[in-house]
Amino acid sequence: MSDVVEKTLTALPSLLSLDSQPGSAKLSSTAKLGNLIRGITELTSKHEEEKLIQHELASIKEQVSSPNTTMRQMRELMVRAVYCEMLGYEASFSYIHAIKLAQQGNVLEKRVGYLAVSLFLNESHELLLLLVNTVLKDLQSTNLIEVCMALTVVCQIFPKDMIPVILPIVEEKLNHPKEIIRRKAVLALHKFYLIAPNQVQHIHNKFRKALCDKDPGVMTASLHIYLQLIQENAEAYKDLTASFVTILKQVVGGKLPMDFNYHSVPAPWLQIQLLRILSLLGKNDQRTSEVMYEVLDESLRRAEMNHNITYAILYECVKCVYTIHPKSELLEKAAKCIGNFVLSPKINLKYLGLKALTYVVQQDPKLALQHQMTIIECLDHSDVIIKRETLELLFRITNAQNVTVIVEKMLDFLRLSKDDHMTIDIVGKVAELAEKYPFKHYSTMNAVFSLGGDMMQPEIPNGFLKLLSEGFDSEEEDRKLRLFAVSSYISLLQGEPSKLPQRFLQVICWVLGEYSFLKEDLEPSVVLGLLTKLLDMKSSSSETKSWVLVAMTKLCWSEAAVSEAQQVAETYSSSFDTTLRQRAQELQHLSRDSQLHSRVLPPGGRLEPDEVVDSSLSFLDGFVSEALSAGAAPYKPLHQRQEELSRSKVLSLEPYGLSLPISTSSCSITDRQSPTLLSTSSGLSGDGTDFSHRGSSTTLRLDGVKRVWGREGYLAQKKPVEEVAQVEVPSPLRSPSQQGDANSCRSKTPTPTANPECDQEKQQLASSLFGGLSSQSSVCLISGAAKMVNIQRFRRKAKGQRSSSTTNEQRANPTVSSASAVDNLLCNNLLEADTEPINSSAKQTFQHPHSLSVANGACDAEAILTDGDPKERNQPLSSEDFVEADDSPPREDQERSKDSCLTPHLPAELSGFSHSEIIPLCSSQSLDLSACHVQTDNSVVLVVFITNTSEDANLQIQVFCVCESPVEEVRGRSVSVRQYSLTVKMPLVHFELVGMLSYSIPAGMPQAMMQFSYKLPLTSFIRPLTVSTEEYGSMWLAFSHDTKQNLTLIKEEREPLTATLNALNKKLSLHVVEIIGVEGLVACSLLQDQPCLMHCRVHAGRLAVWLRSPVPDLPDCLLYHCQRALQEP
Amino acid sequence: MIKAILIFNNHGKPRLIRFYQYFTEDMQQQIIRETFHLVSKRDDNVCNFLEGGSLIGGSDYKLIYRHYATLYFVFCVDSSESELGILDLIQVSCCSFEVFVETLDKCFENVCELDLIFHMDKVHYILQEVVMGGMVLETNMNEIVAQVEVQNRMEKSEGGLSAAPARAVSAVKNMNLPEIPRNINIGDINIKVPSLSPF
Repeated sequence: MSDVVEKTLTALPSLLSLDSQPGSAKLSSTAKLGNLIRGITELTSKHEEEKLIQHELASIKEQVSSPNTTMRQMRELMVRAVYCEMLGYEASFSYIHAIKLAQQGNVLEKRVGYLAVSLFLNESHELLLLLVNTVLKDLQSTNLIEVCMALTVVCQIFPKDMIPVILPIVEEKLNHPKEIIRRKAVLALHKFYLIAPNQVQHIHNKFRKALCDKDPGVMTASLHIYLQLIQENAEAYKDLTASFVTILKQVVGGKLPMDFNYHSVPAPWLQIQLLRILSLLGKNDQRTSEVMYEVLDESLRRAEMNHNITYAILYECVKCVYTIHPKSELLEKAAKCIGNFVLSPKINLKYLGLKALTYVVQQDPKLALQHQMTIIECLDHSDVIIKRETLELLFRITNAQNVTVIVEKMLDFLRLSKDDHMTIDIVGKVAELAEKYPFKHYSTMNAVFSLGGDMMQPEIPNGFLKLLSEGFDSEEEDRKLRLFAVSSYISLLQGEPSKLPQRFLQVICWVLGEYSFLKEDLEPSVVLGLLTKLLDMKSSSSETKSWVLVAMTKLCWSEAAVSEAQQVAETYSSSFDTTLRQRAQELQHLSRDSQLHSRVLPPGGRLEPDEVVDSSLSFLDGFVSEALSAGAAPYKPLHQRQEELSRSKVLSLEPYGLSLPISTSSCSITDRQSPTLLSTSSGLSGDGTDFSHRGSSTTLRLDGVKRVWGREGYLAQKKPVEEVAQVEVPSPLRSPSQQGDANSCRSKTPTPTANPECDQEKQQLASSLFGGLSSQSSVCLISGAAKMVNIQRFRRKAKGQRSSSTTNEQRANPTVSSASAVDNLLCNNLLEADTEPINSSAKQTFQHPHSLSVANGACDAEAILTDGDPKERNQPLSSEDFVEADDSPPREDQERSKDSCLTPHLPAELSGFSHSEIIPLCSSQSLDLSACHVQTDNSVVLVVFITNTSEDANLQIQVFCVCESPVEEVRGRSVSVRQYSLTVKMPLVHFELVGMLSYSIPAGMPQAMMQFSYKLPLTSFIRPLTVSTEEYGSMWLAFSHDTKQNLTLIKEEREPLTATLNALNKKLSLHVVEIIGVEGLVACSLLQDQPCLMHCRVHAGRLAVWLRSPVPDLPDCLLYHCQRALQEP
Repeated sequence: MIKAILIFNNHGKPRLIRFYQYFTEDMQQQIIRETFHLVSKRDDNVCNFLEGGSLIGGSDYKLIYRHYATLYFVFCVDSSESELGILDLIQVSCCSFEVFVETLDKCFENVCELDLIFHMDKVHYILQEVVMGGMVLETNMNEIVAQVEVQNRMEKSEGGLSAAPARAVSAVKNMNLPEIPRNINIGDINIKVPSLSPF
């Protein structure tokens, strides 16, 4: 060590002289820092250092605020400021300059600026808001390094409220061609998830995509997120088990490039992470565990003991094996590994071995027996950490036989311990043991109180007092114990009470106050005298003093005591401490009035345990109703208040005009539901295993452990062998019970993995791992018979419905390839058209043979629908499958406009309603197809005009919109009109209707086909909903799906809210229920029966809207349109 | 998650501190003092793990440290990190720094305290590549050095990320390290998922 110092010192002058060479700005900048550092190293006292740094800071301050300072100099100044801050001197004046540097500098200066900002500021610092714009700009920069830096700073500190501003851009970065950027973006999203999980709820599938990234680095980064997610809710990610196992298999099998090797171990950190994830997934789940047995075995086998890092993997592996559903073969191997750890001469490994043992003994106490010699050695180890860990292990295997020895060892440790943290920990453990095995309880607790001092958790004295007052089984024993406590405490007080910790004194006071009457030869005045001594002690805290006064109050029932008590009360009734004064007053009054005293505190009569506490506070009902009728605000539960508070405090979220139409409430619903499911089930099973362990550990006889502690030396190997034999009996007993647990657990929780259907998804996921996702994303738009294409949320479907529909499909038609399966599922969600030939005069001719294939396809899709329908009921929405045929009577619609004008006209009965423009869809030589939609009161009618432009020929046409229509004939130069009534099954931002027209000219000739698609927005389905404010209120509470967003207000001088709502009313036909001050209530419904409510509030120049609906996705989709409507001029 | 990285010398003088969880300035200094107090009284032949002090979060937290010559490198982590993994991560960070220092013009035989002080900002950049927001980002030394190198070279040319690894390679080549940074052979990573697990 000393030669290093020497080297450092000799290097110093040369370095400094080197640095002071003129001409190089870079060198001279380090020279200034060098000067500072040299100055500091030369100093001898803290005081001098302080002076020097203050001087330095003053000069930095002067320079940073000077306008002549160049950016380059600024950079150097920042480093110096960082250095000063690191030493603990505040340099807050430089914060703003750091931000400026990040804003204005070139790449290198930016780097220093960002670094300084991330070191100086914290997430809630107000200056950080100034950084948001810079980060935003840099994220969009074309310079990769700038993007990297911005992502790094986002990961380090970013204001929570501003996440929505940059979220879309960070998401975008997940598709960046450079893996380093993707990797950092994943970590940034992880950070967002940690600080604001709600904000990233809608991008969970992007995490999946990151997991499937072709670069292992990105995949590794995404595991951080998954570890977190699975920790919170393992049940929801069971389907990924196979994927994680596959990845681990490949890593262990050495499939990664050599670059990932560390000391010739392939990607060790990745392996560790995966093993942790697997152990979380396999916990209490036999089925999932079975998937991973093989790879765990492989990992255990592959890890050759040559380097620290292999031990790291082994340790995780062992922990995993013991966490998941047990398999005896693996357990055996893992136990052997633990042996290697424990017996290792390397102390770090020994530590981990003990840790592993601690973890394992709960399941398999015989392992501790195997290693008892080592454990004993560790107990006397020179390293406290090892000692502590050993005690922890012993704590786990404590039973009625060995408790005395173990407690003794712990107390020994406490006597030597100087570390607060460990003391608190061990004190807690001793107290717990003392409570569990109550023999010698009091003497142990006395030791605990005097050793633990004031650092122990307050629960310990409280628990102790509770136990004492409630007593054990026999009355007589209680009395004896209390008496024992009183006399021992009296003798303690007669000794040197000033050495006792405050907590202990408080306990003593209480016990004396309550129970000193038990000791008949003890005069209360004697006790009072002792207590008064405590009061006079300088070291007593005021809390202790009030305990003393309370004890006195209980004691002053004899003459002599009263006079002494009154003296004390007098002294303290003018105390500055209000609590003390209060207690003194009580003492004074009660000691004066002996009748009152005996009523309040009956002498010798003990606590009335039967006091009933009315926890519902029903006695306040009258008060509450009175207050309410007097106009008080009703009580709001805490979460509601907080919500409102955060709403009013929240900053305007999109100062940069970014629109975020995406936030899926549907995702949040499934997420909201499943945790409860999970928690109940895991709670049950967890209890079960716990219990069984406890059961088995009490049946074990670990006498040997006790004997080992004997002074005459260790009782070596003979005993243990016997015990092993004994112990082996319970272990098979245990496993069936555990299995039972697992079984019951499984039957209670619907595990997604149980469905064979999920296999499909897993298969797909697995096959796409590292293979890119190109094939999947192109599936979106496919030709089919007829479908509405979900433009925005393909992913949602993919997640929720793919599996079920695919299997259905396969049932229906086993030969269909998987690609077409996905195609067909698209039909599932969307619109189904039942066509009605409107032209009754058309000749109903034969079915054209060429149309059959398509027609079959269409029918197929329909078959699937009916087939799959029962399964999809869990989608609360729209039980009927979309477009139903309008039963409007067939009418004359071949408007043979005599004047060759072939412009399509709406049928008369629809002309009263608002309709969209008639837009041409497609055309061929002789045929034009155009369409529009008409918004009637309770539906949307799609009107398709088929115009035959050719003079001569009659057309035979057939339109497929999910199901074929009968063939009909359109005569030359005429228009055929078809109507389809549309209903919505699932709300989307836009709907796209795809259809196919097959026609033959003339009738009977080979068929030609035409595809067309028609797009219509959600708003066509929105109708105003007229409700009263009261109705609105009750509906609001009933709806579960909601979303919130801030929108721009329409700029108008006087009534921006009214203007905005009117605009919404006009453009989206929302019904304005009421406007109250800065708040507005708006209601609408999706066609007739699916309401959606909107609550608007003007805040900070923005319109904070909150939408609620019983229909998932509807709020999100509607919000998108509101946003659009307000952005349009 | 890594909560903090502290580097201080044998006298408890902080040389580099980086917190990934917010603590007030005073608290930070207190934590440094407490950590130094805990770590410095331990011999070199005891284990490298410590239960977290009372300040930084109690029993769920661990201090994992290494003692190099005059410096202590302490990582404060929660229970979701692997002890031995972090221990080697410290090694990786130090080696990266060493390699990095050697790529600079000045030649030192190994990392000493002085390098650390004089290149405090650069150590931060290296750490930023290793640990990001408390999460381990990169464990490959070559990659770490290459990334920082790329940033440094920006001063001389605005060549951009694509051109830079080659230079970084040439810089680290004489260190007897596997010389190709990873982001060059992204294309031929030969990991393939077997068609289907029979689950």
